[in-house]
Amino acid sequence: MGFVSRGFRGKRRDNVSSSRVPPGQYVVTDFPVLSAGPTPHVNLDQWTFSIEGEIDEPKKWTWKEFSALPADTVTKDIHCVTKWTKLDTTWKGVSVDTLMEGVDTAADFTTVYSDGGYTTNLALDDITANKAWVVYEFDGQPIEPQHGGPVRFFVPHLYFWKSAKWVRGIRLQKEEHPGFWESNGYHIRGDPWREQRYWGD
Amino acid sequence: MARAAVLGRLEIPTSRGPLRWQFGTLAEVVRETPRVSSLYLDVPDWQGHLAGQHVDVRLTADDGYQAERSYSIASAPDDPRLALTVERLDDGEVSPYLVGELRVGDRLELRGPIGGFFVWRGEDDRPLLLIAGGSGVVPLMAMLRHRANVESTVPARLLFSSRTQADVIYRDELSRLGAAGDGLTVFHALTREKPAGWSGYTRRIDEAMLKEVAWPIQESPAVFICGPTPFVEAASQLLVAMGYEPRSIKTERFGATGGTA
Repeated sequence: MGFVSRGFRGKRRDNVSSSRVPPGQYVVTDFPVLSAGPTPHVNLDQWTFSIEGEIDEPKKWTWKEFSALPADTVTKDIHCVTKWTKLDTTWKGVSVDTLMEGVDTAADFTTVYSDGGYTTNLALDDITANKAWVVYEFDGQPIEPQHGGPVRFFVPHLYFWKSAKWVRGIRLQKEEHPGFWESNGYHIRGDPWREQRYWGD
Repeated sequence: MARAAVLGRLEIPTSRGPLRWQFGTLAEVVRETPRVSSLYLDVPDWQGHLAGQHVDVRLTADDGYQAERSYSIASAPDDPRLALTVERLDDGEVSPYLVGELRVGDRLELRGPIGGFFVWRGEDDRPLLLIAGGSGVVPLMAMLRHRANVESTVPARLLFSSRTQADVIYRDELSRLGAAGDGLTVFHALTREKPAGWSGYTRRIDEAMLKEVAWPIQESPAVFICGPTPFVEAASQLLVAMGYEPRSIKTERFGATGGTA
C-alpha cells in the first residue's frame, strides 16, 4: 500500500473520460492564462510570419497573404503544464504542413518565436504531419491578446507552453536549442501523456 | 521560530536532475486571513530554492485517485522551514484539503523547486518593485523575506492590493518589515472596503497610484507582478503604457480571463 493523504477524497469527475485527461491534470471550463511578462500589442498591419534558418529561400507572409491561405478548423483538448486541461477547444488557422509546402530542409529541429521575445523549441516531426497550426480564431472569434492573439502557434499534443502566443515565425535548425521555458526548468519536449513537465521527467 | 538550520544550498535549481516526489511533514499552521493559511513543513533533504519558485503538491486518496496542484513557496531560501501559503477556494479540490483538513504531523507529498524565471536573487542590486493582488503576494513575500535575511538594502517597494482589511495576508509581518528602516516601503490598497482610519489606498490599481509608488523608469527597476489574471494584466499594461521596459516586468498570473480580482 502506497502513501495515502489522510482524509483526502478528491472531487471525482465521472462525467469526463479519464482517457482524455493526462496524468496530474484536472479539467477546467474557463480559460486560465500563463504568460511570463506583459501582453504585447500586435499590429496586424505590420505583422508577418516567417520560415527561416535551414531553408534556401526563407518564406514570409504578410497578414493579408497569410489570412488568404487555406485554413483548417480543428477541435482539440489542450493541456497546460500548470495542471489544467480544457477539452474540445476549437481553433482556426493554417496547418504548418501548408506553410512548409515545397520546403526542402536539412533541419530536424525548430524554434518557434514570438513578439515580446518568447521562444519555444519543437522537433520538426512534432509540428508536421497534421499536428500543428498557426491559428487566428478561437471559438469562431479573433483570439484575445491575453490568449496569444492575434496569431498564436497551436500544437495541442504537447503542453500548451509549446503553443507560443503572439507568434511571428519558425526557425529551422539542425540542432535543438532550448527555448524560454525549456531553459527555465521545463522539459525539452513536454508530452503531457508522459508527464514531461520539468527537467529530468 | 528559531532559525537553527538553514535550508540547503541555493544553486541547485539550475541542475538538470529529476525533481523527485518527496514528503514534508506539517509542523505548524499559521492562519493568515479567514481564507488563507500558511503551512510550515519540515522537508528532509530539501534541495533549496530561489525566492519566487513554486512546488507541486500531490494528494492521494485511499483508492489511488490523485490530484496535483502548484503552490508558490512563501519562505525564503534561508528560512528554516519550507512554507506554503494557500488560499482556500470554495470550489477547489486541493486547497480546501490543505486549508482545513491537513493537520500538524500529517505528511504532504511534494516536488520542487520549479521555475527559473520569476525569481529574485539577493545579489540583484536593481531597485525592486513588487505588485501583488491577493494571494499573489506569496512568491513576493519569499523575495522580501530573503531580502531581509541577506540584509540586502536594495530599495524595495511593495504595492499590495487586497479586497478588505481582513483579507490582507502577512499584515503584521509586512508592517514589521516595512518599519525596519532597510529601504522597504509597503503600500496597501483595498478594493472593496474603506475602513475608518485606513491610511492606504482604497481603489483598484491605476496610473496615478503607480506614479506615486513605482521607481522612476531611469532607475531601471526589477518588476515582479503576481495575482489574478485581470489584476496582472491591468498592472502590467499600465506600466508598459507609462514607458517601463516590458522585458524588465516579470509576471505570474492565476485564474482565467474575465474573472474577478
